[in-house]
Amino acid sequence: MASVSAPQVYRTEAIILRHQRYGEAGRLVTIFSPNHGKLRVLARGALRPTSHLAGHLEPLTKVVLLLARARGFDLVTQAETLESHGAIRSTLWRMSSAFYAAELVDRMSQDNIESFPIYRLLQRFLAWLEEAKEPDVPVRFFELQLLGVSGYRPELRSCAECGAPLEPVLNGLSGPAGGCLCPACALKSRDVRPISVNALKVLRVLQLGDRDLAGRLRLDAPLARELDQLMRYYMPHAVDHDLRTTGFVDAVRATRPTGNHAGTTAPVTLDAQPDGQLPVEAAAP
Amino acid sequence: MSRLIDQLNKLPGVGPKSAQRLAYHLLRMPEDHARALADAIVEMKERSILCERCQNITEASPCTICQEAARDAHTICVVEEPLDLVALERGRGYRGQYHVLHGVISPMDGIGPEQLKVRELLNRLRDGTVTEVIMATNPTLEGEATAMYLQRLIGPLGIRVTRLARGLPAGGDLEYADDITLARAMEGRQEVTS
Repeated sequence: MASVSAPQVYRTEAIILRHQRYGEAGRLVTIFSPNHGKLRVLARGALRPTSHLAGHLEPLTKVVLLLARARGFDLVTQAETLESHGAIRSTLWRMSSAFYAAELVDRMSQDNIESFPIYRLLQRFLAWLEEAKEPDVPVRFFELQLLGVSGYRPELRSCAECGAPLEPVLNGLSGPAGGCLCPACALKSRDVRPISVNALKVLRVLQLGDRDLAGRLRLDAPLARELDQLMRYYMPHAVDHDLRTTGFVDAVRATRPTGNHAGTTAPVTLDAQPDGQLPVEAAAP
Repeated sequence: MSRLIDQLNKLPGVGPKSAQRLAYHLLRMPEDHARALADAIVEMKERSILCERCQNITEASPCTICQEAARDAHTICVVEEPLDLVALERGRGYRGQYHVLHGVISPMDGIGPEQLKVRELLNRLRDGTVTEVIMATNPTLEGEATAMYLQRLIGPLGIRVTRLARGLPAGGDLEYADDITLARAMEGRQEVTS
């Protein structure tokens, strides 16, 4: 039976991860498609003022692309914006968080390997970020979920070394071990960070993947800071690369007005349960 | 010959075939023309410096634009690259000062404010002469991030920070415009006069 060759022209939805200049007026665009995974495609002449493509190929935009197969990079022949995420583009902290998420997807995905879960995760994260008042919970949620769908789910309930259930005490988070260590194993580890009871509880909640539950979390500044530092330590181990966008995240954070992004701080009260499970009670704002 | 082709191939927009064609053209060129080209390249690299004020590429610092007395000293137009300055000068609509950042904040490439000429810009603003900074970074996400970040640094100094208007390009087509461009064009609409 004669084989059916792939069509020369194909259509795909995608989120633009990044772009770079290519030649005199072209753009090499890295996209993430639900059907094709990560792809690099070429938009010839996109930088010309009369180009129909440029405005649709900005990072973080959700688009539909018409692509023509080519020997090197497939060529963008048409582009139409589905969602431009205007609120992200008009706020520095949203933008820096979105860049961070785009870099994580770029680093943790392989070319041409389909991954609808990653696409859906990124799409939902960008939608959440548009309406969020703070980046901390959406970003932490995205990190935990991305680790999970990418096969790097951290072990947060048992010691990643000895397998003992983790007690509600100061434990350790180890990148090389792929999760938490009990105090005894943490003492023997060279690459570990202390993780407080509350921080571990929050990570466990976020790992459940319940967006509504996660959305009710309110983190006070010290807890948010601890979680940020822990994940800043942990993610490069999973990604196997230093992350470039964290510098911009820090620069934006350093210039923001005092107080949190929304101007309010509402501490969360997490009471330890006998079985170590999380109640997640949000204090009144 | 292959070394020359390799070097030409490094230039932007010059692929292997173009590099070969250029190399063979240089081979056929009279020797004094080829030598003049080589000397011009070397001299450009040796004599080009950055203007101590605006960071534009120049042979003498301060550059001619910064030295021009007729220019409005109260306004600085911030651009990404020297070629952007050239483009704005060609437009002849602006008679203030400039500042060249030599890049744009590009988080995915690890380019942050410390890699750009941001500190030099802030130093220029301290004496109180400048009352307006015009952000003329490109209308890309990175250009927007740069403009917003600089606004955060400059705003507290009591200096007005403005952004070039964005909208539809001349010769463009409404049908193909993206929604961000359309929204901004609508926001910046002007009275029609005849």
